[in-house]
Amino acid sequence: MAAFLARRIAQGLIVVALVATIVFFLIHSAPGDSFSAWMDDARISEAVRERWRHLYGLDRPLVEQYFRYVTSVLRGDFGFSISKQRPVRDELFDALPNTLLLMITGLVGGFSLGIGTALAQVRNLGRRIDRILGGLSLLFFSVPDFWLALLILTGLTYWLHLPIGGAYSAVEYNYMSPIEQVVDRLRHLVLPALTLTLLYFPIIARHQKAALLDVLPSEFITTARAKGVAERVVINRHALRNALLPIITLIGVAFPALLTGAVFVEKVFGWPGMGLLIVNSIRANDYPLLTGSVIFGSAFVVAGSILADVLYRQFDPRLRDEL
Amino acid sequence: MNSDTPLIVSTAGRAGRRWWTTDPASLSAAALLVTIAAGCFIVPLMIPMDPLAMPEIVKLINLPPSIDHFMGTDQSSRDVLSRLLYGGRISLSIAVFATLVSVTLGTAYGAAAGYSTGILRSLLDRVLDALLSIPRLLILIAIFAAWPDASVKRFVLILGVTGWYGVARLVRGQVLALKTRDFVMSARAMGATPSRIFFRHILPNSLTPVVVAATLGIGHVIVLEAGLSYLGVGLDPPAPTWGGMIQDGAASIRNVWWLSLFPGLAIVLTVMAFTILGDALLRALEPRQKQRDD
Repeated sequence: MAAFLARRIAQGLIVVALVATIVFFLIHSAPGDSFSAWMDDARISEAVRERWRHLYGLDRPLVEQYFRYVTSVLRGDFGFSISKQRPVRDELFDALPNTLLLMITGLVGGFSLGIGTALAQVRNLGRRIDRILGGLSLLFFSVPDFWLALLILTGLTYWLHLPIGGAYSAVEYNYMSPIEQVVDRLRHLVLPALTLTLLYFPIIARHQKAALLDVLPSEFITTARAKGVAERVVINRHALRNALLPIITLIGVAFPALLTGAVFVEKVFGWPGMGLLIVNSIRANDYPLLTGSVIFGSAFVVAGSILADVLYRQFDPRLRDEL
Repeated sequence: MNSDTPLIVSTAGRAGRRWWTTDPASLSAAALLVTIAAGCFIVPLMIPMDPLAMPEIVKLINLPPSIDHFMGTDQSSRDVLSRLLYGGRISLSIAVFATLVSVTLGTAYGAAAGYSTGILRSLLDRVLDALLSIPRLLILIAIFAAWPDASVKRFVLILGVTGWYGVARLVRGQVLALKTRDFVMSARAMGATPSRIFFRHILPNSLTPVVVAATLGIGHVIVLEAGLSYLGVGLDPPAPTWGGMIQDGAASIRNVWWLSLFPGLAIVLTVMAFTILGDALLRALEPRQKQRDD
């Protein structure tokens, strides 16, 4: 296990380093730099701009800038965000808990709804319920992330009297009691989390159904049926337990999809997470923030897939000793 | 995504019949795609439409759907239906060509990785593993932030070049499995050269999953293109694309809902059709898979 973990972590670090290199050189190949937009003001003289470029090290050779950036990232310093006037690291650490909360609720919601859908389909195989649920998964699979978020935002906030954006009420929050604060945060979380759930459940449902159908012809299922075990118990207890294993790998695969979904959902709902940070940094031409958040996001996805691998090994004893 | 025309019911009459007669869902999906493509590529040739015309930017803006404008007009009095059809041309072409690029690259790389041996293969495998775990949207955002306002050609290339890893993995697995099959062995025993074995025996047999992945991939690229346009990092603004149209109407969606609703529906229908078709192809081309699903 330790050797496996070490190997996976080494692989993950290589991937993050690769992303960091690609993104760094991409962003620095862009015409202009953060200061050309930020200081687009006739009253700021060229000398002042040059001075700022010098202070931020933008006048040095690209390779030197790269090595300086890499060493500072290794120290945990992602540079200084020009549009937010704060260290990029602080921005990332403020955004991370919000994104984590959103992604985990979306993950749990997507898995629950997906597994439930698959169970209902398999129990009613070939009947109308199976077809309707299959159609619904297909529908939500085909919906573009941000369009679904827009429809939910426009359609549901009004009728359900829910807040239209943000992670908590901007002004009143500080005057609320702790319990009211929790309720306030939950009310803000409901719709973004619902959107992610609806976006993610079709993938789970499809794989879970295939896994269940794989297990059903097994002899132990036939034995259970022959013993007179109720069909509901056969599927929920005997089949589901064995069909859950392949689904665990989907957690790892889920991370890139969830982060992608989170980028759009956060943008639509104004949820102050990493996705919104990335999108806003494009708008503001804030290159340090953009580079930092893309690298951090990739590291986050890689960590998620390593976690899923470890989980998979924990649940499947056959794999535990393998490399 | 789940095209569940239940196989258990349909397999009884399957023997001897073509798959499309036993699978009405995929037939209607194919019909829908033909309709959409015809609507986007042929209808504008017959009926004069101009997606960029702004006939009257005071009186004709934001009109709801009516007989004159089936899908209403937008903030600049442009006809939404015309923009939808022209946008479909761009969105569909981008999706098809980007998928062609990624399928070609993926097949080449996957075949090389599967057919090579020794250090070269483990190197190619490692690189593929690394590429597979890069979040595509983040890289695309970085690319388009660095080089904004891409032309259609460059946009297609960039989407294609960042989208081939999945296909490569499929082809690699397929080639690896075929390499040890008996018919390949016997070809080798009969003295066939490695390149003949590869191009005559292995490559044609490993293309099935590629066809399926390409069909599903087109739908994926349509959604991706729309998402990028929504984030404002896609193509130049005046060219209508479905994603760009949704973005144009997003801010006023409560009052001027027709701006975002119709392009969104167009995307949903198109992607659904490609998904159903991809699933049907998988069942038709991969009999072993079919037996397992049954």
